[in-house]
Amino acid sequence: MLTGIIIVAGIAAVLGALLGYAAIRFRVEGNPVVAEIDKILPQTQCGQCGFAGCHPYAEAIAEGQADINRCPPGGERNIRRLADLLGVEFKPLSDDVAEPKPRSLAVIDESLCIGCTLCIQACPVDAILGASKQMHTVIASECTGCELCLPPCPVDCIRMVPIKEDLGNWRWKYPANPLRAA
Amino acid sequence: MRKLHSFSGGIHPPEHKEQSTREPIAQASLASRLIVPLQQHMGAVGDPLVRKGQRVLKGQPLAAAAGAFSAATHAPTSGMVSALELHPAPHPSGLLALCAVIEPDGEDRWAEHSPLDWRNADPQATLARLRDGGVVGLGGAVFPTAVKARGNGRPVDTLIINGGECEPYITCDDMLMRERAPEISRGIEILQRLTGAREVVVGIEDNKPEAVAAMEAACGASAIPIQVEPVPTLYPAGGEKQLIKVITGREVPSRGLPPEVGVVCFNVATVYAVYRAVELGEPMVSRVVTVTGNVHAPRNFECLLGTPVGELAALAGPCVDTDGFIMGGPLMGFPLPSDAVPVVKATNCVIASSEALFPKPPPPMPCIRCGRCAEACPAGLQPMDLYWFAKAHNLAKAEEFSLFDCIECGCCDYVCPSHIPLVQYYKFAKGEIRTLAQEKETADRARRRHEFRQYRQDREKQERAARLASRAPGAKKAPATPEALAESQEAE
Repeated sequence: MLTGIIIVAGIAAVLGALLGYAAIRFRVEGNPVVAEIDKILPQTQCGQCGFAGCHPYAEAIAEGQADINRCPPGGERNIRRLADLLGVEFKPLSDDVAEPKPRSLAVIDESLCIGCTLCIQACPVDAILGASKQMHTVIASECTGCELCLPPCPVDCIRMVPIKEDLGNWRWKYPANPLRAA
Repeated sequence: MRKLHSFSGGIHPPEHKEQSTREPIAQASLASRLIVPLQQHMGAVGDPLVRKGQRVLKGQPLAAAAGAFSAATHAPTSGMVSALELHPAPHPSGLLALCAVIEPDGEDRWAEHSPLDWRNADPQATLARLRDGGVVGLGGAVFPTAVKARGNGRPVDTLIINGGECEPYITCDDMLMRERAPEISRGIEILQRLTGAREVVVGIEDNKPEAVAAMEAACGASAIPIQVEPVPTLYPAGGEKQLIKVITGREVPSRGLPPEVGVVCFNVATVYAVYRAVELGEPMVSRVVTVTGNVHAPRNFECLLGTPVGELAALAGPCVDTDGFIMGGPLMGFPLPSDAVPVVKATNCVIASSEALFPKPPPPMPCIRCGRCAEACPAGLQPMDLYWFAKAHNLAKAEEFSLFDCIECGCCDYVCPSHIPLVQYYKFAKGEIRTLAQEKETADRARRRHEFRQYRQDREKQERAARLASRAPGAKKAPATPEALAESQEAE
């Protein structure tokens, strides 16, 4: 009887120590679900969801404080992917966020730019190049189209230009079924 | 004779090759104006080297090669650049591409050019000649030839010259081999030296006995041993991976390239262009194009690049009921958006179409999973499953079922009893997957930039706080006190 208790207690102590060690040694920093959600979000950092960027929104989703349908640039496709990941029902884009727009690039009218650097400070991905009292310009390949540079501009010299279809980004369309079209 | 192998699947569509091989290759007459897209190859494109209103000579570069993975573009004749403008491209989308429009002066005067003594020259110089001479793969993919010939560190033991030309109607490679076999064999020697291949095999489908005979005569006279191998006629035996399988028995791995199995493969028209670029010093300004289908006099034309398709087709006399033109063959080609688009390096064939010649396919019916497409697929795929996944937008699954090994040859379309446009579904799914991958890459870059910006802002804040603290009297240790932080925030 006593040996039994000692053996079981011993095993429990050893396993407990192992688990305790593992919990410290293999500790995961942050919530891994946040990283998974952040991977799906489009990283425009536009803040249209009401959070200060994609990562804060991912954290809010992971903690259950925000719905999955608040990201206009991600659109329905991303809501579906988030629903799949989190095992929740799909829901259409929330009414209190903006309508999704076609992807655009910010373009600075360089003849009007006064070199105030306000847009540079607003850009979440450092995609605007310039210096005080020097002309600014947008690095087109890095611009996420978040529109955060528009409000600070004192002379309204930035406009959003939708990305046009060209030979580089053209893709074959889904085949139309003539029976259904008729 | 070597032992030939076979690939799975394949079809025997009606060939329709005979009508365009009755006459020798003709020189196409000079068009009223030439529209030359600056990008006619896969890869990067250089900035235009000419201005509007500038006079150019034949073979003068219009755009240089940009970087290693690129090729140059040249003026096909002498004349004046009347515009540098966007013009509909010979592309299924009909979208615009930047083109140099050249008004020919009729003199057809060559720019200065000189042959290269490739036997004694540095291989790098020969490769540079190919790149700057605008030589690209003329089998349809327009892959820069210099990149392929360079080998990229993988030893190649077999050089295969692709004279398969398996698609119906097309005969430009056949006629080229019949008429210009000696030049092709010179081109083969150049490529053999560049690739260092021990074995050289020319694969020609056995429905072209004249081409086989001409190539055998020319290759027999060559300084290096070149085997000419007739291969059984079976579409798509001219596909790169299929021809490699038939000749060497080696299978190019999934999503891999031929050098991985020690093989490199060039189309005969490409080899001819290599000969002209190196031995004659002439950059690629023309190619042989088959004009056939619903025309009175189908034949092959040596045609300047940039010639509008309508003007080229007029030489063969299109019948009155012609309702459009197809670039490429009936299985892999696509209908051109208009007859004003130019002939480019990828144009091997122009087929005048009519309702009688290519009747509209009946509406697609549901897939009955008969499996005929799987029997016909030369890549050994399961087309019915790929169709199922592509239709349901289940892209991950389609990729898992080796969607990217599909060569879009159209065998499955051809045999499908339900007339489902299978290849269109595959093209759509491939495009979606590429778009998603691109979006993911952009998003990852944006995330990295955003995270670095946050890191930088924090660091600046700390540095400012430290500075303020060190300046403040009596605070030598300079910890970032809440007051200092608040001050620094105010200073922002």
